[in-house]
Amino acid sequence: MKLNGKQIPIVYSLFLWAAIWELVGRYGGLAILPPLSAVFEAGVEMVPTDKFKSAMVVTLDAYFRGLAMAVAIGIPMGFLMGVSKTIDRLIGTWVNIFVSAPLTAVVPIFMVILGIGQATVIASVFLFAIWAIVLDTRAGVKHVNPSLPEMAHSFGASRWLIFYRIYLLAALPEVLAGIRLGLIRAVKGVVIGQLLVAITGIGELFELYSRNFLFDEFWALLLMVFAFAFATAEAVGLVEKRIEYYARTR
Amino acid sequence: MNQVAKNMTETKQDTIVEVDGIAMRYEGGVQALKGVDLKIPSGELTSFLGPSGCGKTTLLKIIAGLLTPTEGEVRIRGKKVTGPGPDRAFVFQDFALMPWATVQRNVEFGLELRGMPKDQRGEKAVKYIAEVGLAGFEKSYPHELSGGMRQRVGLARALAVDADILMMDEPFASVDEQTRRKFQEDMLDLLSKEKKTVIFVTHSIEEAVYVSDQVVLLSPRPGQVQRIIRTEIDRSKSPDEIRRDKNYLDYVDDIWAVLRTYL
Amino acid sequence: MALRTLGRQTWLWKLMSFALFFGAWEIAGRIPISLSFPTFIETFIAFVRMTFNGEFATAYLQTIQPLIIGVAISSVAGVGFGVLMGLWRTMEWFLVVIFIILYASPVAAIIPLVTYMYGIGLTSKVIAVVIMALPLIVLNCYKGVRHTHPSLIEMVRSFQGSRWQEIRLIILPNASSLIFAGLRLGIGAGFIGVVLAELLITPTGIGDLITYHRSVADYPEMFADITSIIALSAVSLTVLLKMEFLVRPETRKR
Repeated sequence: MKLNGKQIPIVYSLFLWAAIWELVGRYGGLAILPPLSAVFEAGVEMVPTDKFKSAMVVTLDAYFRGLAMAVAIGIPMGFLMGVSKTIDRLIGTWVNIFVSAPLTAVVPIFMVILGIGQATVIASVFLFAIWAIVLDTRAGVKHVNPSLPEMAHSFGASRWLIFYRIYLLAALPEVLAGIRLGLIRAVKGVVIGQLLVAITGIGELFELYSRNFLFDEFWALLLMVFAFAFATAEAVGLVEKRIEYYARTR
Repeated sequence: MNQVAKNMTETKQDTIVEVDGIAMRYEGGVQALKGVDLKIPSGELTSFLGPSGCGKTTLLKIIAGLLTPTEGEVRIRGKKVTGPGPDRAFVFQDFALMPWATVQRNVEFGLELRGMPKDQRGEKAVKYIAEVGLAGFEKSYPHELSGGMRQRVGLARALAVDADILMMDEPFASVDEQTRRKFQEDMLDLLSKEKKTVIFVTHSIEEAVYVSDQVVLLSPRPGQVQRIIRTEIDRSKSPDEIRRDKNYLDYVDDIWAVLRTYL
Repeated sequence: MALRTLGRQTWLWKLMSFALFFGAWEIAGRIPISLSFPTFIETFIAFVRMTFNGEFATAYLQTIQPLIIGVAISSVAGVGFGVLMGLWRTMEWFLVVIFIILYASPVAAIIPLVTYMYGIGLTSKVIAVVIMALPLIVLNCYKGVRHTHPSLIEMVRSFQGSRWQEIRLIILPNASSLIFAGLRLGIGAGFIGVVLAELLITPTGIGDLITYHRSVADYPEMFADITSIIALSAVSLTVLLKMEFLVRPETRKR
């Protein structure tokens, strides 16, 4: 959008939305939607409390553990699918089913096997994050220019060297794109897992706030989770852009 | 037609396109063209030739009405160009075919936009598909064709709207060498039947000399007209003879002598 | 001929991949890796039983309704917003950041709030589906419209096409593959939303069946419930893919 012939950066629309929210919150008469200023106040009050801090610690712990597992297993899996046709055909169907399946329904399985607690949340994060990482890594390996490994081979590189110097580096842009998707999906996984488990982390807080009609706190927490999800995705996006710089010459 | 007769008719020909003091500066401040004056004779093939980035495609798109120049104007038969018109048809470097449409529908597209009834435009398309040598491929999709064949579709689409001026932006740039030669010959054949004014952008000296009556040499950015060379080659000879013709080789050398100073 | 043998081979590979997965499941169930992990055969028997005794039918009657309404709303609104944002800069400026945030964020967290507003009935479930599906559909349509190949636009202009012809004949067909991709993603997300709503707030449909079987420790039944919803989502997405072939003939020959 332009004002006086000058382009207004697109993020500024957020200020407009914030103003609309504030007005609707003040004069709209919806109990569920308090004014943004009240939400901010609640947020400022909430952050230093022990309850919030411990919830954050539990949540981030589950998030990063689940994500680490998804990366550690997802990349080799995608790599194998990329180099071996047989493996690709055997597990490709399942990966494609799971990447778009209602994984929410699988969380109850974790609840009965792993118990209602942190392990289930970690498993949910893992389950939500891994498939995008697998598929993108696979795509990256498939797109490696075949003359690159041939070149390395002709210079007498060993198989192992070809693996990590050529395939992994050449597939890096796609692998990172997969990790970015994985990060976004992992946030969804941790929130859905905790909402269903309902006794740990921010899931417990959401449950608490909505049950006691503490909408200021509810929205404050929600905005923080949204900001976290958005910031992580953008951070990986920045790294991706740097990588794309050399990827363009592939 | 012999050489003398051809030259006689040429001198009598009218100017169809007049380029008058064109300058083009892009938004970022890049000056692509500066003070370009040019007359393009009716019924001839004129090429724009120059180093990459000299603004030859920009000039072509200004004449086509796809870009608006910062200074100057283009007149076609004395009328100022304000946008694309039915008197001009464009052939794109990257073919600009609709991947979701068959060859038939792609060729019909210009006519479809003009609201010509379906059976009428269908007939016309079939005719031009055959003329560019693609008969039998009407129901194929672009991704099933080679680069050269795709550009033939682009040419048929431009011919189908029956414009007086055919504008081609490096039409053979994405086509391999053998296909390119065959295509050039076919195109000359076809154009001798169609009686059109052709404006042609290329970065190949041989191609420019081989296909055109008039070669416009542009200097590097900002592009200016450096020289206009009228190629007097006996085109009644076979393509292979032309490529060994002394005049042809002299023109190529002349142009190369100019262009190499830009390197 | 060569094509047909290839086709049969992929069919065979599919079969082998299913056999591998179900075989691994059967073994895991027999060890057993957990007392609450049933074998594949037990689950399969439960699945067949519930298919024929009407338990699935009753549950899905309640699950599918909000899913269809929600997906329909999201598709119409999503394609509409996405296309508008792609064509109209002011709309883009105003909305794109909101949808990017909604896309990147765990909107599922809003569901408890939705229950507060609309109770535990059909409306809440529909909203759960819409908030999950809409951002994906919008962003895909937007991307498809916004990234039309510039030379195709130039081509229409060179033939003096009007803006409306440009949109109808070039921009929309060109965006169709991304629009379909958006619809597929949206339906997938809609399934997640409806199941989450049923597990979390409204004890009806397949979500309730899962919760019930879990509470009475009927694990083969519970696994069968979960398998059924995953299978249903996979089948719906495949059907949509087949529909895309009908609408976009050029993808068929590829």
